[in-house]
Amino acid sequence: MATTSKPAPVLFRPAPRLVRHLLLIAFGLFMLYPLLWMVSSSVKPEELIFREPGLVPGEVTAENYSRGWDALKHSFGYYLWNSALITGLAVVGNLVACSLAAYAFARLDFPLKKVWFAVMLGSIMLPHHVTVVPQYIMFAKFDWINTIWPIVVPKFLATDAFFIFLMVQFIRTLPRELDEAAAIDGAGHWRTFVQVILPLCVPALATTAIFTFIWTWNDFFTQNLYLTDSDNLTVPVALRHFMDSSGDSSWGPLFAMSIVSLGPIFGFFLAGQKYLVRGMATTGFK
Amino acid sequence: MTLSPVTARTAKAPVRPPEAAGARRPGRRRSSRSRSQTRAAYLFLAPWFLGLFAITLGPIIASLYLSFTDYSILSEGRWVGLDNYERMFTEDDRFLTSLKVTATYVVVSVPLQLAFALALALVLDKGLRGLPFYRSVFYLPSLLGGSVAISILWRKIFGTDGIVNSFLGLFGYEGQGWVTSPDTALWTLIVLHVWTFGAPMVIFLAGLRQIPQSLYEAASVDGAGPWRKFRSITLPLLTPIIFFNLVLEVIKSFQSFTQAFIVSGGTGGPVDSTLFYTLYLYNKGFKDYEMGYAAGMAWVLLFIIAVLTGVNFFMSRFWVFYGDDK
Repeated sequence: MATTSKPAPVLFRPAPRLVRHLLLIAFGLFMLYPLLWMVSSSVKPEELIFREPGLVPGEVTAENYSRGWDALKHSFGYYLWNSALITGLAVVGNLVACSLAAYAFARLDFPLKKVWFAVMLGSIMLPHHVTVVPQYIMFAKFDWINTIWPIVVPKFLATDAFFIFLMVQFIRTLPRELDEAAAIDGAGHWRTFVQVILPLCVPALATTAIFTFIWTWNDFFTQNLYLTDSDNLTVPVALRHFMDSSGDSSWGPLFAMSIVSLGPIFGFFLAGQKYLVRGMATTGFK
Repeated sequence: MTLSPVTARTAKAPVRPPEAAGARRPGRRRSSRSRSQTRAAYLFLAPWFLGLFAITLGPIIASLYLSFTDYSILSEGRWVGLDNYERMFTEDDRFLTSLKVTATYVVVSVPLQLAFALALALVLDKGLRGLPFYRSVFYLPSLLGGSVAISILWRKIFGTDGIVNSFLGLFGYEGQGWVTSPDTALWTLIVLHVWTFGAPMVIFLAGLRQIPQSLYEAASVDGAGPWRKFRSITLPLLTPIIFFNLVLEVIKSFQSFTQAFIVSGGTGGPVDSTLFYTLYLYNKGFKDYEMGYAAGMAWVLLFIIAVLTGVNFFMSRFWVFYGDDK
């Protein structure tokens, strides 16, 4: 309500633009300093890494990269391929399974819909650790340990319910008239889904693909659990083995391979920034 | 098999080639629209249902059962009743330590992280040029923070000869091995968590967008200063978002694993100072093969998270403001 009291004292007048930009840039540099330091350390000769705290390398070498690349049983490219395979399949799985389920929740009527929807939401909150022990036993009985199946198959079964929710939210914003027009044209639910809804869902699908990529690429817990044979390691698990085997030496090669492991995430981040931000924001509320 | 002009015009995106329409489509019966919808819905939901029962609900029940046994993958389990739970709270000091470590981590790092997120969101919201650039810079760490690479980096930054000590050296402080000292190791992980404030910040930014500009204009007319506007408009209207971030981050941080695993080399050391709950659970289940015990721990975790979320929801009645829709 309107108050008629005297104007409140100005506690902080907005600082001049330039000052704010400078402060933000300084803070940003401070935030990114560890990352930049790792990049710079990865191209420094090993003996300089801990003697120069500065970012600009006094001497540049690619030796860390070549040594790191061949440090383990297989070349690092081999582990990158393992990660790429798992991540690629996970992305496809999540896109297919979650969009199917989302269409049903957003557009179709069926008995117990509200109950199942609540179950789906509940499963987002469920800590993974509650299911991991029996899952491990089950996958061990299937003889799936040291295969990609325990990681990939659940994605094709829409267990990342977060993305179902994200797509339901998105599909709900699309006008219903589209479905009705399609129905008048004689399209069934399948055709409506594939030809009308899916093409319009590209932003939500892109968000799903990017988040799935980054989360799966980064996921250490599951991959470390199921992929223990040295022929199956993915990038995060390989890095961990590298660290364990080299002890506190060879930080240069370790940093170099860490940078390599972050490369794809960084690439997806740059390419999909818009979708990442939108994805974060739409799941936040509405 | 092409769509009529009406639909094609309304749908902005290019129409997919006919083969994408799939050879198999759920049969429809014109007579009973609802029955055909139900059938279609269950077909669309089939993968999800399979996953729900086989990968989620089934294992939940199995894990509850296992928690009353001494199952290890090496031998069939015996029913031991509540022994596992009793052991956790009366005999297992490491279990209690892991609870304490995790609680400290959550209680300290989540509020700090949210405070940073909100502060930066407020600064960035003020019509500053280059918002996408700054947003990316601050968001990037939260995408990378869970990776093994960053945990390795952290282990080195806070190591004896890491850059933190190099910096302190500039000011004449004698550094120490932060990750190798039981007094400070947990704090390095807290710093890592706070560093990833970008994700909640993006959600705050989206929330700030939703606040009608007219409210601020009206307040200006009434002579309200920036602090007053923040306290009387921004903060109350943002409480649902604060609440959302709080619930999410508490749930997430209770399950942190990778950082502690890598920084401590899988042990939770030094002297169990970084023995996160999930790290201990992992060690019990998959190193010691005490899977029944680990399943019991998972149920205690579920219980804790459920209670905390419940408490959060209950408390929210006293401070979360839903504006007109309540």
